[in-house]
Amino acid sequence: MSIEQWFYSLPWRLRSFFLRHQVDEEMKEELREHLDHQIGDNIAKGMSTEEARRSAMLALGGMTQTEQKCREARGGNVLEDFAQDLRYGFRQLLRSPGFSALAIICLTLGIGANAAVFSWMEGILFRPYPAVAHQERLFAVAGTATGESEPTEVSWPDFLDLQRSCSLCEDSFVSKITGTTLNIGDHAEVATGSIVSANYFDAIGVHPMLGRGFESGEDVGSDSHPVVVISYQLWRNRFKGDPGIIGKTQRLNNVLHTIVGVAPEGFYGTFVGRAMQFWVPASMVETFESGGYKLEDRGARWIESYVRLKPGVSRAQAQQQISAMAARLQNDYPATNRGRGIGLWALWQTPFNHAGELLPTLEVMVAVVAFVLLIACANVGNLLLVRSFVRRHEMGVRLAIGASRLRLVKQLLTEGLILSALGTAGGLLVAYWCRHALGLLLPTGLASGMYLPGEMDARVMAMGAGVCLLVTLIVGIIPTFQTRHLDLAGPLKADSSGVIGARGRAWMRSGLVVFQVSLSFILLVGAALLLESLEKIRSINPGFTTTSVVTTGVPLVAAGYDIPRAKLFQDELIDRLSALPGVESASFARVTPLGYATFSSTPIAVDGYKPSPDEQPEVEYNQVGPGYLATLGIPLISGREFARTDDENAPLVAIVNGTMVMRYWGGQDPIGRRLQVKDRWVRVVGVVADSKYESVRETARPFFYVPLRQDFAPEPELNIRTTQSLASLRGALIREVHALDPNLPLYEMITLQEQVNRSTSPQLVAVTLISILGALALLLAGVGLYGVMSYAVAQSTRELGLRMALGAPSTNLLRLVISRGLRLTVGGVLFGAVAGLALTRLLGNLLYKVSPHDPAVFASAFVVMIAIGATACMLPAWRASRTDPARVLRD
Amino acid sequence: MSKPSDLVQGTLDMLILKILALQPMNGWAISQRLKQISRDVLGVSDGSLYPALHKLERRAWIRSEWKSSENNRRSKCYSLTRLGKKQLEEESANWNRVSSAISGILKLNEV
Repeated sequence: MSIEQWFYSLPWRLRSFFLRHQVDEEMKEELREHLDHQIGDNIAKGMSTEEARRSAMLALGGMTQTEQKCREARGGNVLEDFAQDLRYGFRQLLRSPGFSALAIICLTLGIGANAAVFSWMEGILFRPYPAVAHQERLFAVAGTATGESEPTEVSWPDFLDLQRSCSLCEDSFVSKITGTTLNIGDHAEVATGSIVSANYFDAIGVHPMLGRGFESGEDVGSDSHPVVVISYQLWRNRFKGDPGIIGKTQRLNNVLHTIVGVAPEGFYGTFVGRAMQFWVPASMVETFESGGYKLEDRGARWIESYVRLKPGVSRAQAQQQISAMAARLQNDYPATNRGRGIGLWALWQTPFNHAGELLPTLEVMVAVVAFVLLIACANVGNLLLVRSFVRRHEMGVRLAIGASRLRLVKQLLTEGLILSALGTAGGLLVAYWCRHALGLLLPTGLASGMYLPGEMDARVMAMGAGVCLLVTLIVGIIPTFQTRHLDLAGPLKADSSGVIGARGRAWMRSGLVVFQVSLSFILLVGAALLLESLEKIRSINPGFTTTSVVTTGVPLVAAGYDIPRAKLFQDELIDRLSALPGVESASFARVTPLGYATFSSTPIAVDGYKPSPDEQPEVEYNQVGPGYLATLGIPLISGREFARTDDENAPLVAIVNGTMVMRYWGGQDPIGRRLQVKDRWVRVVGVVADSKYESVRETARPFFYVPLRQDFAPEPELNIRTTQSLASLRGALIREVHALDPNLPLYEMITLQEQVNRSTSPQLVAVTLISILGALALLLAGVGLYGVMSYAVAQSTRELGLRMALGAPSTNLLRLVISRGLRLTVGGVLFGAVAGLALTRLLGNLLYKVSPHDPAVFASAFVVMIAIGATACMLPAWRASRTDPARVLRD
Repeated sequence: MSKPSDLVQGTLDMLILKILALQPMNGWAISQRLKQISRDVLGVSDGSLYPALHKLERRAWIRSEWKSSENNRRSKCYSLTRLGKKQLEEESANWNRVSSAISGILKLNEV
């Protein structure tokens, strides 16, 4: 039948299917009408009524027979068959509820894991910004510099040039993450916000629900437009949903801002990993960023921005145009732009938010959940196989009375479809519940600010439907292999009994178990490698004490302190704290290592060091108070630590680290030598050991310290070395702070160990996720092995009974079953090990100082897998050893 | 999905299509017309007419609708579809070709 015919007869088919009864009646009516005509005709020919009726019936070939022929002519309806299969399938599944529940749970877990990871990919990587229009054409903009592997920020003038000259871009906008402090009682919280270009809300297609967005021109000038748009959440929680909020003012970083708008519900800004609470125009950069007014400084690279390309423009085309522009800028402004380029990144590779950080983890997750799904499918396939073996009698009878094999396959596929549809429904529900789970995996303190939602949109649903069909095919096809072996006589013959380990038909089930075991072995190895890495990362010595040192801060800027007051307050607080029992030392520092705040960085010149022509030495440094090194326990190698006397009136001094001494003084003692920092010469007074500054995984790099007083920051972090508990110290600290100023709140107080842990959280997320899924895979594989072994034992009771009757001790049977199970396990592990050697390399950057082929890891995974295999076989083996020979032989 | 066509069955289909090509009519009228034009030679029983009609409808070559006839009785009226017309043309051409070939062969044998 041609497609055209099929198409044109579709209404007729649908009618035949849905109005079956009516169609049948119509057919009968038609035949009756024919009969009436014929009878009338016959009577007209002179027959008696009775004779006329009989003859007419005869001519029609019997009413019932003709009706049946008509029904057959209408044909077996695909829809009808399907509905029948569906009904039958449901009945079958209800008949063995235990089997069905197990199969559906397996598929729910497998599909749920997939759907959850898809929804995270969608919500974090592909469509990360709810309510933002046309994200598929959005690209992140970042700078590049020759000789630097990491992307850099872009300067405001460079951005304006890009905005003006990119004809392939529909829109471009700036969204640079920043923060401020909002006080809640005696507790100060950091509120996260964005510094944006004035076109921000128009460009992303988000319209404030109250008030307005920014007007053009509000991103021009120095601190000239103190206006703010606040998030729906902030409006609800902090301003109690005040409908008259527009026009009111709020102090942000000690500058009074007018609230001009409230963003709509469900809009969280444009930064992966955090929900933005406020937006200010770029003209307010001085208030929120250190380093002064930067809107006219081409050398100040600080912004994070995006472009939306015009429809149909590829990234490569736009990149070409932007690179040409960047080349022009290099030419026009060599002092600031030499060796600088501008690049476009897909949203999921955005270098300046958490997307890039989570990408490797999520990539690995996609492979992992695919494995879990395959294991779940193998499990369900195995269950179906076992059941189809049980059902071979039914299948044989159906074949014998004329069902086509195709029809049987359809039936099996329909049962697979029911299972996978229910599994998919359950899986999507699981994914929906898990959509915020990624944030929950982070350490609690960190999770409070993190926002990593999954997104259950049409694309994820479509993906779910696709997985459902795939699963249907896999689990539906597996038992059909069994029907190939069906012959008409076989199942009708007496019940066959198996011999353990010697039945050809078991190869498929055994194959599936071996497959499952190898997949779970790979996952096990992956999880173990990541755990090992995390262990290595966690055991890295950061170069300072982490356990007895706590860090916190006092938001002086938000409280309106000017610099002289801030200096006075800091000195007094340190004095008071040092007098507290249990406090060994306390010191301020602009940045505490491994936190969020970034270090200052400066071009340097060193007496006696000649940089090569294309080298511009640039080193990061920290501004620290007296006693900082002692407080953090960073060992002083030579010279002295900063003292109170190293203040703004004293000669400028610095302390450098070991790597810096090696690089710029050739390893010679630099004490008394000079160093140029931000155009000022300072004298080196001390040398300290290297430590970790931004990441525990970083390699040794040059670093130096200057006294806080000589490069003042009004809101440094406070570090305290103490023998007290965190809680009692916090109480004491609040008392001391309030003694100085009763209105001052305090930031969160954590140990440096907690700070280190938070900095390694991406590894933790990866390890947690793969461990959960690895455990799931192990469980599924264990269940699979258990199922196959118990089935094998149940099928071969006769053989086992015979062996026993002939004198085999029960331990012998125990060994027989376990060794058979272990043979499958070992086979799976061998396949898994071979595949694992090739696959673990994909973990790439997630591994730290662990070889992807680490023999110890493979060996321990082997032991675990064997243990699981043995455990799974234990119960069936025990049952085998309990076989009652008398009963078996009698049966 | 097509079954091997059998000569008489195929002929019946073609005859029905041909009859309906002239004018739409109901089952009874078709049966009378069949008897009339085939002069009872083909011996089409009414018992095979109706299944054939259902089959043709399934193939989208004819369609049916209920119409009230002159004596106010409802009757199912069949008519040819566009696809049916095409099919009839193809079948007729086919038939002509085959039958002329066969009669040619038969003539050859007589000589």
